[in-house]
Amino acid sequence: MKSLIQKLVETSSPSGYEAQIRSVVRAEVEPYADELQVDALGNLIVRKGQSGIDGLKIMLAAHIDEIGIMVTQVDENGFIRFTTLGGVRAYTCVSGRVRFLNGTSGVIFMEPLEDMTKVPTVEQLYIDIGLSDNKNAPVKIGDVAVFERPFLDLGNRLVAKSMDDRIGAAVLIETLRQVKATPHELFFVFSTQEEVGLRGATTAAFGIDPDLGLSVDVTGSGDTPRRTKVRMEVGLGKGPAIKVRDGGMLADRRVVDWMVRGAEKLGLPYQLEILEGGTTDARAMQLTRAGIPAGCLSIPTRYIHSPSEMVDFNDVQQAVQLLVELVSHPVTL
Amino acid sequence: MLKVNEISLPPIGDEQVKLLERLSNACAVSGDEGEVRKIVMEEIRPHADEVKVDALGNVLATRGGSGERPLRVMLAAHMDEVGLMITSDEGEGIYRFESVGGTSATDLSGKVMWVGKEHIPGVIGLKPIHLLDPAESKRQFTIDSLRLDIGPATGRVKIGDRAAFATTFIQQGPSLRGKALDNRLGVATLIELVKHASPHIELQAAFTVQEEIGLRGARVAAFSFNPDMAIILDSTPAYDLPTWDIDENVRYNTRLGAGPAIYVADSGTLYDPRLVRYMVEIAEGHGIPYQIRQPGGGGTDAGSIHKQRVGVPSISVSVPGRYHHSPAAIVRLSDWQHTMDLVATALFLLTSEVLADER
Repeated sequence: MKSLIQKLVETSSPSGYEAQIRSVVRAEVEPYADELQVDALGNLIVRKGQSGIDGLKIMLAAHIDEIGIMVTQVDENGFIRFTTLGGVRAYTCVSGRVRFLNGTSGVIFMEPLEDMTKVPTVEQLYIDIGLSDNKNAPVKIGDVAVFERPFLDLGNRLVAKSMDDRIGAAVLIETLRQVKATPHELFFVFSTQEEVGLRGATTAAFGIDPDLGLSVDVTGSGDTPRRTKVRMEVGLGKGPAIKVRDGGMLADRRVVDWMVRGAEKLGLPYQLEILEGGTTDARAMQLTRAGIPAGCLSIPTRYIHSPSEMVDFNDVQQAVQLLVELVSHPVTL
Repeated sequence: MLKVNEISLPPIGDEQVKLLERLSNACAVSGDEGEVRKIVMEEIRPHADEVKVDALGNVLATRGGSGERPLRVMLAAHMDEVGLMITSDEGEGIYRFESVGGTSATDLSGKVMWVGKEHIPGVIGLKPIHLLDPAESKRQFTIDSLRLDIGPATGRVKIGDRAAFATTFIQQGPSLRGKALDNRLGVATLIELVKHASPHIELQAAFTVQEEIGLRGARVAAFSFNPDMAIILDSTPAYDLPTWDIDENVRYNTRLGAGPAIYVADSGTLYDPRLVRYMVEIAEGHGIPYQIRQPGGGGTDAGSIHKQRVGVPSISVSVPGRYHHSPAAIVRLSDWQHTMDLVATALFLLTSEVLADER
């Protein structure tokens, strides 16, 4: 599974430009799919199983886009100004490297700061791809890039850019491979444009019209050094997190209980998650059409939206075990 | 690529400028779009196969579509403009108001407005500079501190009436100046495109309401049309003035005279790369000047259209304009003509091939 994760996180595909990662995922899932479809927004939708008497239409979603940047100007000295795609923070960018979809690489730096105690704004940053002017630049307005940072295997802990949410995609792929029989009609959705507002999941959920929705995404952790009181209980290595609420959704209580029962049946560790800010594709599913029961299985993650997002490999494997268990049996909510 | 020798592109002549003048001088603050809707209905009714006004006030017109399953192409232009709503009558012809859409207290102070259906003139008063002490002159003021003065004894202004900037449209050499060119330019363009529709596609024209307060009309219009793709016609700011604080203006958004602005990304939409590519190819293949709008904030009706139902591949094209959301915007006639050329040519040559590959 580690090599699958490495393959996914080392692919460059920011929000709105998911073609590369979609083809990587498609190659992994094609042998296991009963039906496969790409919709107008680029979501990859994989169906497995037919819904029997006890079965439901279940949508499982993990987003395949990642945060990135888009060029707004190549100035007369060849420096590139940019805007962000999703929640990129300026302090994680400075002196980092980016890779454009056409393969061009560059380094991000900043204008001299007047006050070194303040973090820079995105407007003060620029990308240097080694040009002296803007004639015949290999990059133009509207081109996109992602952080360039190789996968790092620390044993139990894995570090990379775009763990958010390629780790969720890896969990879904692995689940699809391991599910032997299901009473349900399962839709594995590898969704697009989550980082800019759950846009892919919104249209995918409308098209699928599911009975039940579950997203698999990263969540924050409260287990790193800090001087203020810890406000988040979730930590790495304590099992996958079952979301109770986040900034955009109150998870359906019945879905939470269903996941808890599943974890307890298997004797898996799990954590209950309350996230103050942010949300996931589950919100879009919950609010589709007339509304559906929805929840989220989270992978606790450190340093989210930085080029070095860290997860615990045991949490990831346990998430797969739990998901396989959940979708292999009839659901009573 | 195909060449279009045989099509006649909709011209921008005196007739079209006259139409834009009528549209610009009409008042249609969000939620009260009746005046502009009336002009739109008059203009398109003889040409459209079907026209209706939906529950929110959008004008939805269809035209053409030969063959078994013609491509359904939604074209959207919002009819509404920013302005004010009267919220209370303080007597003696003085009224409190709230802003509708994106206007700031600074934009409004000292401006002459047209109020209500009768376009009753009023002015947004300010303390005269003679009476300001130095500290006051630096103070930021809010909309709450402003009043609209219509004068006593008119009695014809009611709570809930809208007010728009009192600006009369003019043509000035190569430029057009008027209020609400955001987005009467889009409306005027779409009217011409309905009149000169290419018969091989099903044109779904949506003249939308309430864009300035959250893309509300476009949302239900797109749900209703259920199109295969959408082109949104709007007008976007050009902040192309020389800057005074840095060497180079890096946040100009668009520039006047550089042609239609094709969108790649704004705060509401990541535009379909297939349609961005198609528009650029059409422009380059036919020698039509164009510019890529600087990606960033702002947005168009695409923000709600592209997320309807199972998703709608979308692209926006704007005429660049200086000083939008103020009493007087300035645009170049040539940019309008090139926008018309680009969109009309793109529609004429459009087939479902453009969406054949995955996004």
